[in-house]
Amino acid sequence: MAESTREFAQAGAVISVRDLRVQYGEREILHGINFDVERSQTLVILGGSGSGKSTLLRTLVGLEKPSAGQIWMKGQDIAAISRAEMDEIRKKIGMSFQGGALFGSMTVGENVALPLREHTELEDSTIEIIVRLKLDQVGLAGFEDYMPSELSGGMKKRAAVARALAMDPEILFFDEPSAGLDPIIAAGIDHLILQLKKAFHMTVIVVTHELSSAFLIADRMVLIDKGNIVEIGTTEEMRSSRHPRVRQFLDRVAEPEVSQELDYLQMLTEDNRGAGRMAGWRRGA
Amino acid sequence: MMEFVTQVGETITNCLAYVGALASLTCRASYYAFVGPFRGKHPRWLSAVSQATEVGVRALPILSLITFFIGLILALQSAYELRKLGALSYVASAVAISITRELGPLITAILVIGRSGSAFAAEIGTMRVTEEIDALETMAIEPVDFLMTPKFLAMIVMMPCLTMWANTMGLLGGSVFGVAQADFTWVRYMRSSLDALFLRDIVTGLIKSVMFGITITAVGCHEGFSTGAGAEEIGRSTTQAVVISIFLVIAVDLVFTALFFFAGNR
Repeated sequence: MAESTREFAQAGAVISVRDLRVQYGEREILHGINFDVERSQTLVILGGSGSGKSTLLRTLVGLEKPSAGQIWMKGQDIAAISRAEMDEIRKKIGMSFQGGALFGSMTVGENVALPLREHTELEDSTIEIIVRLKLDQVGLAGFEDYMPSELSGGMKKRAAVARALAMDPEILFFDEPSAGLDPIIAAGIDHLILQLKKAFHMTVIVVTHELSSAFLIADRMVLIDKGNIVEIGTTEEMRSSRHPRVRQFLDRVAEPEVSQELDYLQMLTEDNRGAGRMAGWRRGA
Repeated sequence: MMEFVTQVGETITNCLAYVGALASLTCRASYYAFVGPFRGKHPRWLSAVSQATEVGVRALPILSLITFFIGLILALQSAYELRKLGALSYVASAVAISITRELGPLITAILVIGRSGSAFAAEIGTMRVTEEIDALETMAIEPVDFLMTPKFLAMIVMMPCLTMWANTMGLLGGSVFGVAQADFTWVRYMRSSLDALFLRDIVTGLIKSVMFGITITAVGCHEGFSTGAGAEEIGRSTTQAVVISIFLVIAVDLVFTALFFFAGNR
């Protein structure tokens, strides 16, 4: 069975997503997503709040289980493999979380060293050198002994990228890299992503709603709306797209005004807008 | 009426599910603690030691003070009754038995719930909210292994130690009254305390304390891991951890006391 489905996966693609559906309880968040990511390519997943883009990212790194469909990564369907097999794949991917998600009880250096200490038998001195190297790569040389709470928002994010890079991943995932940062720091993070791509030919997947940063770093883009892919293509294709939803997103047009209270209620109840909130509830359950 | 029955049924099922979740969490933690190291996983001794310092050593001053007072109170209370019977010399054994069999382990457990059970829930809950647990998972590090196992190891080692210490301090507290009011000398008080005790009294207390430690760790970590999104959720799970731990510790206490009682009678 695995052989026949493997043919679905596009040759040369690092990640192939086929008819991916994700459900939280009764509610379906992603309604059949299909796309491929090729080696050394940067894919930006665009979408508004509650569009399902974060859910898509969480599913790609195995934090959510799909209810149907396949995700081919390194020749394996991660929707169907065991935890141990998934952990082997996870050693080859890095993820940078929105708030950095650094461990507050450890220094920056210990944070970066953690995956190395857990998964390798390297000497402490070797780990120390790798940590210094990774921190240098993200422009945080000399910050090994700082606690995460002593760093600014942008520095935290850089440190988180250093930690994601610790195991020399083949694929790097970013969740909202520029959220909550001022434009200059955010530009710095974009620059860092471009640098990583150029220097290490890494495959990068970024979830964001920041248009300027998206167009700067992307090779290809996916626009997600209400759990469906609206448009997929290169940055030029995206710019010239005539799809009304793409135009609305790129031209930053507000949703039509809702004048009637009843219409508003209807919009709230029928729309999939609550999807993101549902995600929070479900994790709380 | 039907609704009431349904509600009762639902509550019971929920309670059983909760206990089941605690049991499975404990099984996983003990697997990582005792089997994992033989399967090529890194043992967590180092973080277990630092946890043991936190839950054990740092609790000593306050635990000493509390159990010393409890010993003294117990002596006063039992003397009130014993004096009427002219049996004041039994104060020593009354204090010794009630401390080692019951109050030592229980007071220790309640103190540890307040200090550490709540801290476990708050720490893990915060990590849940700030996506640190997700980060662990994407780094292929099992959160239960990384976070709960050291706490689990620390608790099953430190709870009996703390309880032993609490017993000693309780006896000391009682002896203050014995020496001051009941014509004991220190040596005589301690000797009659020890004469009154069987090894079984102490051992059953220690066994209970280990069970309390497991319960507190399981509830604290479970509440932490099941924290929802948002800062107010951390407060909620911390409160829950304390309330549920206190209840479950008393319940476990009842079960084991009954068990020892009936096992001892045969």
